[in-house]
Amino acid sequence: MAVLVDKDTRLLVQGITGKSGSFHTQQCMEYGTNVVAGVTPGRAGETFEDKVPVFDTVKEARAKAECNATMIFVPPAFAADSILEAIDAEIEVVIAITEGIPVMDMMRVKAAAAHSKSVLIGPNCPGIITPGACKIGIMPGYIHNPGRIGVISRSGTLTYEAVWQITSAGLGQSTCIGIGGDPIHGMTHQEAAQLFTEDPDTDAFILIGEIGGTEEEEAAAWIKENCDKPVAAFIAGATAPPGRRMGHAGAIISGGKGTAEAKKEALLDAGIAVSESPSDMGATLIKHMGA
Amino acid sequence: MNIHEYQAKALFDKFGVATPRGIAATSGTEALTAAKSLGTTQFVVKAQIHAGGRGKGTFKNGFQGGVHLVDSPEKAQETAEKMLGEVLVTHQTGEDGKLVRQVLIAETIDIEKEYYFAILVDRETERPSIIASREGGVEIEEVAEKHPEKIFKEFVHPTMGLQPYQARKLANQLGFTGKQIRKASSLFLAMYKLFIECDCSMVEVNPLVLTPDGDVLALDAKFGFDDNALFRHPDIAAMRDPEEEDPREVEASKFDLNYIGLDGNIGCMVNGAGLAMSTMDIIKTCGGDPANFLDVGGGATESQVKEAFRILLGDPKVKAILVNIFGGIMQCDVIAQGIINAAKTVDLNIPLIVRLEGTNVEAGRALLNESGLALITAETLADAAQKAVDSVSAA
Repeated sequence: MAVLVDKDTRLLVQGITGKSGSFHTQQCMEYGTNVVAGVTPGRAGETFEDKVPVFDTVKEARAKAECNATMIFVPPAFAADSILEAIDAEIEVVIAITEGIPVMDMMRVKAAAAHSKSVLIGPNCPGIITPGACKIGIMPGYIHNPGRIGVISRSGTLTYEAVWQITSAGLGQSTCIGIGGDPIHGMTHQEAAQLFTEDPDTDAFILIGEIGGTEEEEAAAWIKENCDKPVAAFIAGATAPPGRRMGHAGAIISGGKGTAEAKKEALLDAGIAVSESPSDMGATLIKHMGA
Repeated sequence: MNIHEYQAKALFDKFGVATPRGIAATSGTEALTAAKSLGTTQFVVKAQIHAGGRGKGTFKNGFQGGVHLVDSPEKAQETAEKMLGEVLVTHQTGEDGKLVRQVLIAETIDIEKEYYFAILVDRETERPSIIASREGGVEIEEVAEKHPEKIFKEFVHPTMGLQPYQARKLANQLGFTGKQIRKASSLFLAMYKLFIECDCSMVEVNPLVLTPDGDVLALDAKFGFDDNALFRHPDIAAMRDPEEEDPREVEASKFDLNYIGLDGNIGCMVNGAGLAMSTMDIIKTCGGDPANFLDVGGGATESQVKEAFRILLGDPKVKAILVNIFGGIMQCDVIAQGIINAAKTVDLNIPLIVRLEGTNVEAGRALLNESGLALITAETLADAAQKAVDSVSAA
């Protein structure tokens, strides 16, 4: 057992017929993910790759294909609506890959989803993978290896770095969760840390943060009080100029808040091993696990 | 994205936010006409550039100050002519200064008291949050630090919107009384409507003023817009003034590339914002200086990669280029093809260090090897950064 997704996950893809949507659905299927349905309004009755039925609505897909997770590839202007549709259909895990959703849209989505039955991951994230069992998202599958280390990250490619380092060291990952680079998003660092802390199949985990916001500090405070597992962390953006948005909508130091320095300090104070270089994320955790 | 003061005023007018009357002018004659049409005797002439500190700035022609009070339309014309087409240097522009292409001619108003009022997206509560204070015209961060009790905050439910009682509460907290309460609260409500309907990330009114006649006006404002929402606001996107921005960033934005110019000499091309930031960090750790932040994004095309390359090579400060790609949504062979095509069209005369990993990495590496390009390959990020730093210090 890992967290959130495993071999029993039945995946729906919203935006399955689009360019990225179809490419990555194919990749997920090759990895072994059980893709059971797709949604593209107006394209019901078609099949994707000759085996996955396409539906007009999520509600219909849920009823006929019994999906319990969804991966959203819908373009930014319509993505908030797709997230709401998935939540309304009570899909358990909603993974939004789409980058560039307006902040106002996400504020409304979060307010509307406050009491929903769904867990939202992302948007603007690489997705989630339980190696050897289920890949939902855009991460390259082959860099992963089934194992007992959890990974939580705001950044896509930086997650791949950490994963590759763990795999290259002969270890593996329980689950890797990309929580996304937007200022307002679903699952937080702290919520993900909570899942890994409670998961019997995760021995230790890595938390990858970046400048902007205070989520890393909040996760650190929670870990300090509640988590006995070894945790390592890396924070990107130590050299980023203040007041500039560094690619991710959420990566900005404003009013002196959200600096890499403040985050590292809070993490160290919680007994978390902080890696100074993105090349040492795996090694830092492995050393900390042995200590 | 930032906008000019005269554009902010136009948005205020559109949403019914009370503000002193003003008209933009691009010539002395226009300034004269503008001043006459305001029908008053006291005017303020303001140079329109994005940087702050205009009042205390100096023009390169020796004229002092980018903000002047004058008492006739003729003097408004005379002052405008001294500013237009001239370069204004302030503490925020750097020594190159900014060319003034527009001036704002506005009526002057008497001020009884100044306040601070701002709306922004609060990440912790995931709601629009209003920040107001009786301490206007000063640095709000300073007030927040020394006197947090002087800052009033109101959080707004994103689907309910700002309620009239919340606006009245703020007016009351700021010390407005009697008829001023209605004037202040309707300004707050109009400002909130503007904030939401224009997809702002921030609106800061500093100062908000009370006049001796009991009017409440927004005197000056700073706007921030959510770049991700500009697609549904062509009118606001059109307010963008590329003359006010770093030309390298303007060029990059034409191709949907995330580029931020820095001062170092190692050009970086990376996919993913987190990895791009980390690449900058590790160059610094290895003793080098990055020339830029450049995230080619998750789904970059071959032509985007080519353009990214062209922008990096077009920067005379760049002495080496580090390409660091970990392919996920982006495929390594696409990046490789982009690099090869770019190298064919430009004269590649500086060291190029490439590190590829991820989706289709074998195909990408094969393309690069077969291309005959002189490049330095690296296995890990640390290795790549070290090779880039070494190549610059060896030159």
